[in-house]
Amino acid sequence: MIQFILLFSRQGKLRLQKWYTSQTDKSKKKITREIIAAVLSRKPKMSSFLEWKDLKIVYKRYASLYFCCAIEQDDNELLTLETIHRYVELLDKYFGSVCELDIIFNFEKAYFIFDEFILGGEIQETSKKSVLKAVNDQDVIQEVETPQGLIDEY
Amino acid sequence: MAMSVTMDQVVKRAKDSFGQMFDKSLHDLVRGIRNHKDNEAKYINEAIDEIKQELKQDNIAVKANAVNKLTYLQMLGYDISWSAFNIIEVMSSNKFTFKRTGYLAASQCFHEGTDVLMLTTNMIRKDLNSSSMYEAATAMNGLSCFINGDLARDLANDIMILMSSTKPYIRKRAVLLLYKVFLNNPDALKPAFPRLKEKLEDPDPGVQAAAVNVICELARRNPKNYLPLAPIFFRLMTTSTNNWVLIKIIKLFGALTPLEPRLGKKLIEPLTNLIHSTSAMSLLYECINTVIAVLVSISSGLPNHNASIQLCVQKLRILIEDSDQNLKYLGLLAMSKILQTHPKSVQAHNDLIMHCLDDKDESIRLRALDLLSGMVSRKNLMDIVRKLMVHMDKSEGSHYRDELLSKIIEICSQNDYQHITNFEWYISILVELTRLEGTKHGNLIALQVLDVAVRVESIRPFACNQMAILLANAHVFIVGSNTTTVAEVLYAAAWICGEFCSYLKDPQETLQAILNTKVTLFPGHIQSVYYQNILKIVTHLIQSSNNDQAFTKQLISTTIEKMSTFLSSGDVEAQERASVSLHILKTVLKLLEKADFNINELSVLFEGSLNPVAPKAQRKVAVPNGLDLDAWINEPPSESEDESVVSETHYDSKGLFYGNSENSYSSNSYANEASSYQKPRNYVEPTADELEQQRESRKQSEQMNPFYLKDTKKSKATPKTETPTTTTNGNENLQSSLSKGAIPSNLQVSLSDQLYRQAKIDEENRRLKKKSKVDGASSKKGKKSSKKSDTVAADDNDDDIYPTIKVTRGGELPEGATASGNEDNDDDNNTKVGNKNKKYDPHRALNIDLNEVPKPIPSPAQPKQSPQKPVDVPSSPPPESHEKPKKSKKKATAEKEAKATNSKTKLKKPERSDYKELVSPVDDEETSAPPPPAPSTIPNEKPKKKKTKEKKSTSKTAAAEANQPAPLLFDIMSDEIPSSNQSTQQQNEQDLYKLAAQSDNLTVEYSIISKTSAAELDVTFLLKNRTTSIIDHISIHVVDSMSSKVLNTTSANRISFPNKSNQTENDTIEFKLNLPCSQYLRRKSLHSDVFVDLMNSGTLTSQSNVNISTDKQNFTSIINTICQSYRLTIVDNVNSAASLYAETILGHPVALLIKSTNSPSNISINGKSTETHFLSNLLEEIQTSFK
Repeated sequence: MIQFILLFSRQGKLRLQKWYTSQTDKSKKKITREIIAAVLSRKPKMSSFLEWKDLKIVYKRYASLYFCCAIEQDDNELLTLETIHRYVELLDKYFGSVCELDIIFNFEKAYFIFDEFILGGEIQETSKKSVLKAVNDQDVIQEVETPQGLIDEY
Repeated sequence: MAMSVTMDQVVKRAKDSFGQMFDKSLHDLVRGIRNHKDNEAKYINEAIDEIKQELKQDNIAVKANAVNKLTYLQMLGYDISWSAFNIIEVMSSNKFTFKRTGYLAASQCFHEGTDVLMLTTNMIRKDLNSSSMYEAATAMNGLSCFINGDLARDLANDIMILMSSTKPYIRKRAVLLLYKVFLNNPDALKPAFPRLKEKLEDPDPGVQAAAVNVICELARRNPKNYLPLAPIFFRLMTTSTNNWVLIKIIKLFGALTPLEPRLGKKLIEPLTNLIHSTSAMSLLYECINTVIAVLVSISSGLPNHNASIQLCVQKLRILIEDSDQNLKYLGLLAMSKILQTHPKSVQAHNDLIMHCLDDKDESIRLRALDLLSGMVSRKNLMDIVRKLMVHMDKSEGSHYRDELLSKIIEICSQNDYQHITNFEWYISILVELTRLEGTKHGNLIALQVLDVAVRVESIRPFACNQMAILLANAHVFIVGSNTTTVAEVLYAAAWICGEFCSYLKDPQETLQAILNTKVTLFPGHIQSVYYQNILKIVTHLIQSSNNDQAFTKQLISTTIEKMSTFLSSGDVEAQERASVSLHILKTVLKLLEKADFNINELSVLFEGSLNPVAPKAQRKVAVPNGLDLDAWINEPPSESEDESVVSETHYDSKGLFYGNSENSYSSNSYANEASSYQKPRNYVEPTADELEQQRESRKQSEQMNPFYLKDTKKSKATPKTETPTTTTNGNENLQSSLSKGAIPSNLQVSLSDQLYRQAKIDEENRRLKKKSKVDGASSKKGKKSSKKSDTVAADDNDDDIYPTIKVTRGGELPEGATASGNEDNDDDNNTKVGNKNKKYDPHRALNIDLNEVPKPIPSPAQPKQSPQKPVDVPSSPPPESHEKPKKSKKKATAEKEAKATNSKTKLKKPERSDYKELVSPVDDEETSAPPPPAPSTIPNEKPKKKKTKEKKSTSKTAAAEANQPAPLLFDIMSDEIPSSNQSTQQQNEQDLYKLAAQSDNLTVEYSIISKTSAAELDVTFLLKNRTTSIIDHISIHVVDSMSSKVLNTTSANRISFPNKSNQTENDTIEFKLNLPCSQYLRRKSLHSDVFVDLMNSGTLTSQSNVNISTDKQNFTSIINTICQSYRLTIVDNVNSAASLYAETILGHPVALLIKSTNSPSNISINGKSTETHFLSNLLEEIQTSFK
C-alpha cells in the first residue's frame, strides 16, 4: 500500500502531499524534510529506489518536479513507478502539457485527480479516460454552482 | 454609538455581499507569496490574519475560499489546526463546490487524533448516502484519510451498504474504504468479510480489482486466514489480463505459499508461463519474486525445481545487465533472495556481480556487496577479497570504503573463518587494511586480529611478527587525522606481541620499539595494554636469558628509565598501570642486586593461557548458593545523599567520568571513545614542566611524521629493507594504490598478494598431486580422457585439497553450562517483542479466523454493549453428576448395609516446586507402618482414610466450577475448545474413581481434581463396604509427604456412625496414594499467537523428548486421549502435528509439541516448560500410559 506521496521541486519546496496513513502535522513535517533531503542528495544515474526506515521510497523526476512515493517492504517498486507515471500522464492530459506552475496554482485540482486515481493508498481506477471523465464531470458541477451575480449568494 | 453600530453593520453587509471581490483569491495568495520571496513569513502571517477575519463572516463562499487558502498554507508548513471547526462548517455546506473544498482541507490536515472529528459522524453519514455519486465519493475520499476508530465503528454499516450500490464508481470506493475501516475497527472484519469475498466476483472489473487489493493487503499480514480463497484467486489469475490486478494476486500467492506447499506446486507452471510471456517488467519482477517464495518454501519435490531456479536466475541476469539502474537494483535484490537457499545457482554469476561493484550508484554497489558475502567459498574467497581490495582503492567516498572494509572482514570471518584456507594471507590483508585512509573501523580490524591470533594457534608466530612490524612503525598511527580510528590496531598489536612474545623473532628489538614510541599520545586503553605487555616481554627476555645477570640488570634498568616517562600519562588507568609495572621492575632490580631473584616470581604473573570466552558465558555462571543478587549489599542511599553526590559531581568529576569511560574495555564503548581521544583534554591544567615535555614530544612526533614538512633531519624510522616487490602488474598496482593512503607503505610486511600467489601455487600443486594419484589409479585409460574426467572430479570435491587449519570455535563456558541453551536468543527476542509493543500494528488485531459463521455487524446505535451481551454459563450444575456414581453404588450395596462415605481431602502443595519428590512413590501420600493408636482402643472395622469432609466436597466443586471463565462467545480471536466442553470433560474425570486399596472388608477408591484457583488438589475417596456388617466408625491417619500435605483441618480424623453393633472386628488398610504429576496440571487455553510468543520468549528453558509407539492408528484420537487424560488443551492442530498447552497448579507453563513421525503409530512428544523435573516426569508418565 502506498503510505504517502510527495511532490517537490528541485529546490526542495513541497508542491503536493497526500498521506494515506494518519500522521500528526509534526511527524508529517519531519518525514517530509527527511525524504526531500534524501532524494535531493541522490545523484543522477542512480536507481529510483531508496530504503528509508522500514519503507521503500520510489521517486522519479519529471522536469523540475520530483514525484515521490513511500511504499511498504513487499510492495512492487516497478508498479509504483508506473503509478507515478500514470499520475503524471493524468496531470498532463488534464492541464495540457502540465508544468510546475499549473500544479502550484491549481493545487486543489491536482488533489482531485489524486482522489479519482488512488483511494486510501490503493489504485482505484486504472483507466485514464475514466479518471479524467470523473474529474471533468465534477468541474462541470462546480461551474453550474458558481454564482452568476455577485449578490446571488447573499 | 448607535450610529457607529449601524455603520459597522453596513460595512459588514457590503463585505458579505461583495466578499469575493474584496478577498484575496487563492491565485492572489500564491502570486503574493511568490512576489514576497524575501519576507515570505511576514506576508503569510498577514494573510493568515486576513483569513481569520474571513472565517468570521457568515458567507459560506468566503469561508470556503479562506479554507482553500489555508489548505495551501498547510502544505507550506503552517499550522492550520486552529481552523478545524471552520473546515467542518465548509464540509457541511450543501454546495458541492464548497463541500469538496472542505473535505480536501480535512483530508490534508485532520488525523485520527483530531478531536472535532467526533462532530462529523452524522454529516459524513449524510454525505455517504447522498444521491449524488460525486458527493458520496468526496466523502469517501476524505474519510479514507482521516478515519479513526470511532468513525470506523459508527460508519461501518453505511459503508457496507454502499458496497451494494448500483454504481461501480461507488462500490469500488466502498470496498477500498472498508480496508481502512478494518484497520481502525478490527471487529468489523468478520461480519463484512463474506460481502467482501462476493466482490471478488463483481461484474465490474474495477470493483473486482479493489476487492483483490483489499484482500491482498489483509492476507499479506495474516495469510493463514485467507488460504481458503486460493481457488478463487487462482481462477482470477488465469483469467485476468489486467496487470495491475495480476501483480496483486501474484503477490498474494507469494504470501500464501509458505503455508500451503501444494499451492506452490500448482503455481509454478502458470507463473513460469507468465515469466516467459509478459513484457511488463513490473509483472515479471513480481512473478520472479513469487516463484522464489515458492521455491524457498518447498525446497525439493518439485518436478522442475532446478529449471525454475535457472529461469529466475537467467531472467534476473537480464535485469542486472540492463542499462536501467532500477532494473539492475531490483535484479540484485531478488538475486539475494535466491542466494539464501540456492547459493550455487547465484555463484555462477560471480562475474556479473563483481561487475556491479563498479557501478556509479552506491546503492547498487552495496547490494552487490551483500550478494558477494553470501557467495564466497573456500575456493573463491581469496579471489573475491583480492578484487575487493583493488576495488576499495579505486572507489570514492569514505563511507563506501568503510562499508567495503567491514564487508571484507565479515566475509572472511563468517562462520568462524570457515572459508579461510590461509591465515597468513588473512593477517596480511588485515594489516593492509590498516593503511586505508581515514577508516572508522580501526577497532573492527583490531578485534579481528586479536580473534584470529587467539583462535588459530598456528598463525601466532606469523601474526606476532607482523604485529611487531606494526609496533615498530607505530609512529605513523599517531599522526592520523581526527576522523580515523586506525590506531586501535595497536591495541591488538601490543597485546599479541606481549602475550605470544615467545614467537617474536627479536623480542628485544620489539621491546625497544615499544619503549621508544611516544605511547602517551595514544588513547588510554591502548597505553594500558602497552604497559602491561612491556612487562610480559621483559619477563620473557629474562626467562630466556639463561640467568645472564648482567644482561638482565641492563635490560631492566633501561626499561625502567624509559618507562618513567610513561608515568606522565594523562589517562588515569594507564598511569596506574605504568606505575605498577615500573614498581614491579624496580623491585626485581632490587632483588637482583641482593642476588635474591627468582624468575618464577615474575613469570607467575602471566601464567596460563587466555582462551576465548563464549559471548553468553557470563550469563551461564550459576549464582552461588546463598547469594541474592537483588538484595542490597549496603542500605540504599537516601534521597539526601543522592543530592550531595550530584552537587559534588557538578564541579570536579567531569574529568573522572572521562577517565572512567575511556578505561572501559568493552568493545562498544571503545568505539565511541576512540573518536574522542584526539580531542585535547583541557581538564588537566598542565604545569610548566609538562608544557615543556609536551613541546618536546611534539617536536619528536613532528620528526617522526613523514608528512610533516620541515627541512630538518630525515625521519628516524627510515625504511629498513624495501619489501621485495615482484614485478607482476597486479601487485604493483595494488601496492602503489594502497600507498596513497595516509600511511606510507614502507612497512615491512609481506603483502597479501605474495601470499595470495603462493597460496594459488600451493593449491594448484595439491590439485596436481591429487590428480596424479588418481591418474595412477586409473592408468589404463587414455591420457586425454582420464585428464578430463579427473579435472571434473577434482573440481567436484575441491575441499580436500585445502589444508585444514585448526580454529578454536565458540568459547569457554562455565562448567556444566551448554552453549545450546535457548536463552542465547533472549536478547534478540526481547527486543523484537519490545519493538512490536512499541509500534502498534493494527494487523495483529486483524488476525481473525474468517471461516466461522459470521455474526451480524454491531449496529452503530449500541455499538459497545453488544460484545458483552450473551454471556451465560452453560455449565450444568456439577453436584448431581458428582454424586451420581456414589448414589448408584450406594444402592447396590445398600442391602448389604454398607456405609459408603464420601470424603474429601485437600492436599495442599507447599510453595516449592520440586515435583520430583512428588512423584517418587516413597514421598507420596503414605501411611505410617505402625498402626495408629486409635485401632487398639476402638475395636472396629477401621479402614485407613484421609480426613473427611463428608459431602461438603460437592459444594466445593460447584464453587470451583463457577470460577471457570465464562465462555467468551464474542471473543473472535480464540479458536479454543469452548469451555463448556471443558467442564464436561472435567466432570468425566470426576466420574473416574480409581482403586486405591482393597481389603476383604473394604475398598477404597479415589479421584483427584486439581483446583483452578490455588495450588491445591481435591482428592475424593469413596469407601465401599464389602462385608455385610455395619461399620461403626472409621479412623483416618495421614502421613504427609515431603512435598504435599493434608490441608483439611476442620473435620475429625474419626468418623463415627450411629449404628452400633455388637460385633467387633478390626481391619486396617494401608495404602499409598500415588499422585502422578499430571494431576498437578490444570487446563489452560491459550491463543496460538500467545503460544508462539511464549515459545519464542525463551522463558521455557527446560526441554524433554519422548517417542511413543502406539497401536492406535488415528493421530487425532491419540491427541484427544492425551488431552483428556492429562488436562492439556490443543493450541493448534495441523495435519500430523499438534501443540498442546497446560499450566501446573502453580502456574508454570507446560507446552508439548506432538508429531507423528513416519507412521501415525509412531509419535514423538517434545515438551517445554520452566520445570525440568516436572516435564520429564510428565512425559515419562505419558509414555508409560501408552505402553
